[in-house]
Amino acid sequence: MTSPDTSPILPSKHLLGIDGLSPIHITALLDLAETYVVQGRAADKKTALLRGRTLINLFFEASTRTQSSFELAGKRLGADVMNMSVKTSSVSKGETLLDTASTLNAMRPDILVVRHQDAGAAELLSRKLDCSVINAGDGAHEHPTQALLDALTIRRHRGSFEGLVVAICGDVLHSRVARSNLRLLSMMGARVRLVAPRTLLPSQADRFGVEIFTDMREGLAGADIVMMLRLQLERMAGAFVPSTREYFRFYGLDRDKLACAKPGALVMHPGPMNRGVEIASDIADDALVSLIAEQVEMGVAIRMAILDALARGIARQQTEARGLA
Amino acid sequence: MKRIAFRNARLIDPATGLDAKGGLLVENGRIADVGPRLFNDAEPGDPEVIDCRGMILAPGLIDARVFTGEPGAEHRESLESASAAAAAGGVTSMIVMPNTDPVIDEPSLVDFILRRAAATAKVRVLPTAALTKGMAGETMTEIGLLKEAGAVAFTDGDRSVANARVLCRALAYAATFDALVLSHTEDPELVKGASATEGEFATRLGLPAAPAIAEAMMVERDIRLVELTGARLHFAQISTRASLDAIAAAKARRLPVTCGVAAHHLTLNELDVGSYYTFRKVRPPLRSEADRAAMVEGVASGVIDVIVSSHEPQGADTKRQPYASAAAGTVGLETLLPAALTLAHDGAAGLSQILAAMTTAPARIFGLPTGTLAKGAPADLLLLDEGDPFVVEADKLHSRARNTAFEGRKFQGRAHATFVGGQCVYAAR
Repeated sequence: MTSPDTSPILPSKHLLGIDGLSPIHITALLDLAETYVVQGRAADKKTALLRGRTLINLFFEASTRTQSSFELAGKRLGADVMNMSVKTSSVSKGETLLDTASTLNAMRPDILVVRHQDAGAAELLSRKLDCSVINAGDGAHEHPTQALLDALTIRRHRGSFEGLVVAICGDVLHSRVARSNLRLLSMMGARVRLVAPRTLLPSQADRFGVEIFTDMREGLAGADIVMMLRLQLERMAGAFVPSTREYFRFYGLDRDKLACAKPGALVMHPGPMNRGVEIASDIADDALVSLIAEQVEMGVAIRMAILDALARGIARQQTEARGLA
Repeated sequence: MKRIAFRNARLIDPATGLDAKGGLLVENGRIADVGPRLFNDAEPGDPEVIDCRGMILAPGLIDARVFTGEPGAEHRESLESASAAAAAGGVTSMIVMPNTDPVIDEPSLVDFILRRAAATAKVRVLPTAALTKGMAGETMTEIGLLKEAGAVAFTDGDRSVANARVLCRALAYAATFDALVLSHTEDPELVKGASATEGEFATRLGLPAAPAIAEAMMVERDIRLVELTGARLHFAQISTRASLDAIAAAKARRLPVTCGVAAHHLTLNELDVGSYYTFRKVRPPLRSEADRAAMVEGVASGVIDVIVSSHEPQGADTKRQPYASAAAGTVGLETLLPAALTLAHDGAAGLSQILAAMTTAPARIFGLPTGTLAKGAPADLLLLDEGDPFVVEADKLHSRARNTAFEGRKFQGRAHATFVGGQCVYAAR
């Protein structure tokens, strides 16, 4: 490696949301991630950038891909990675979030990756902990690393975001992925549309500078990217939609509806998918239109880039601290 | 005969419209004389003379919505600790809600509150009783016996009675005894799981939210039931323009309804939640700026009768949580007066009118002999330093619970001294 560049890519020692980032930060992160795409495809995938540093994955909600993606990213950069999930922790014994946090803090991790069912949980932890906090999803608020990996995937196929029409379809109301994506994509110059039945659209979503559609065919007309969201199956009990078959009929992505989009339009999904609910199997598996597998690969690269950027920030702080001493 | 002479005061009595320089004489805990000429010329010859130095002497405040933790959660707030906060806030009567453990739904429990208050509290404590047993919203309580025991009103506190049949019968039965019913108005199903008002801000923060109309829906339903039953109903705290309009229309039709507003709904809006500031999580949640402005307008127009603190103690354990999981509520006994005074400083309402909403109006609605400077009334008095600027600091509050929504807020005007039945219960240093 060359001598460590200590210029900050991120504006703070935490990554809590897309809110707070500027297009300059986002572009720099995506550029850095490109180098990790290359590294991830090489035979030797490992560097020692984070050697000696500790990364803790603290997941209060079940997650397969985000958690394993962070774990792999940390390990490929040489960090020690520990996974804590709610079922095996004392949180299920009634410990509060902040008690858990101060316990973890005493173990002196360098980076904490947290997912929690409540909006604002990552921010709360960032105020109480000494280490860097990365938000891996907080309630229906933000999931910034997902939006960044989606942006990386889109940029690799379309070159830039300017004027790109992106239709985000499905359960926008409960989706942190949708909120982070529309923030990021709007900031980068894309035209974002939200497509959903009225029960799954958040109140006053139009104030975000997006277009709202309740008819999926109209919403997809002329779209460059179709971004599908997972429909939580428990939403049926909450009476947001009457049944999965009705949902698929009107809001599931099939060939027929996809034909309304721009020729060559690409399909994305943050996973895990409900085949036959929000997306037809043949589209999900069609390598010509589906970017779903590539999103997972980009997920590891972007998370390596984020860990790298945060580590540079930490190194800079330590250098400054030594300078003061 | 114990006598105290107050001289050189600015007397304000919203009950009579009095606003003049003058003096006041207390004898045996009651107001014996009051007027512009009293003690003006000659130094009174009484053993105890208080020179008010031009400060405002007004009736002590009546806070019509106070939650304490006694019985059941005294570690959060007892009647004693709440009364210390009340005294420091110029509040001489607290109307306490029945949401305790156990719920105040038995005459013996009303008696317990009254006896505990007599033994420990610095200010008057007026208990309300539950409207339904266990506040479960199913069976009405013994309204007649509870009223005899001393309950000043009937309410399920911070719960709405969801079942219209139950409420309809409870109102009709309450009307038999001319009992006052207090209503909390949030449609319980619509607000289930919500911690914010639906709108752009809640969407941005990703918070579970309920539409603001969840309140007006219940207000409108309750007004229909009042019309049917003839019961006296007081909406404990409203927070939206839609509720205000519905109540204004009901009042225009001469229905026996009144309403209150919490000080925080007059002074804060949803944006004050900032980045998940749980000390500003309240119920009903903070509303849009348009709704906040409507509340100020409602006080100015008189459609809103009463300003309350809705004092609700919470501990660090229940507040230091992610926003959706944190408990709702703010302490308010000590900030009720300063927060309400901001309306006077802003020119939105007159001083006498603001004081009326915390004295005359609640006294009239709850049938209390206090809230006035009239001769013969109990000498519950507030000496108000209208110009005193200060910053709210949680550490300096007198209540046991410190969960104030106003931490760091700059206010002007607060109690300089407080008297209950002629006894000084608080004096600023």
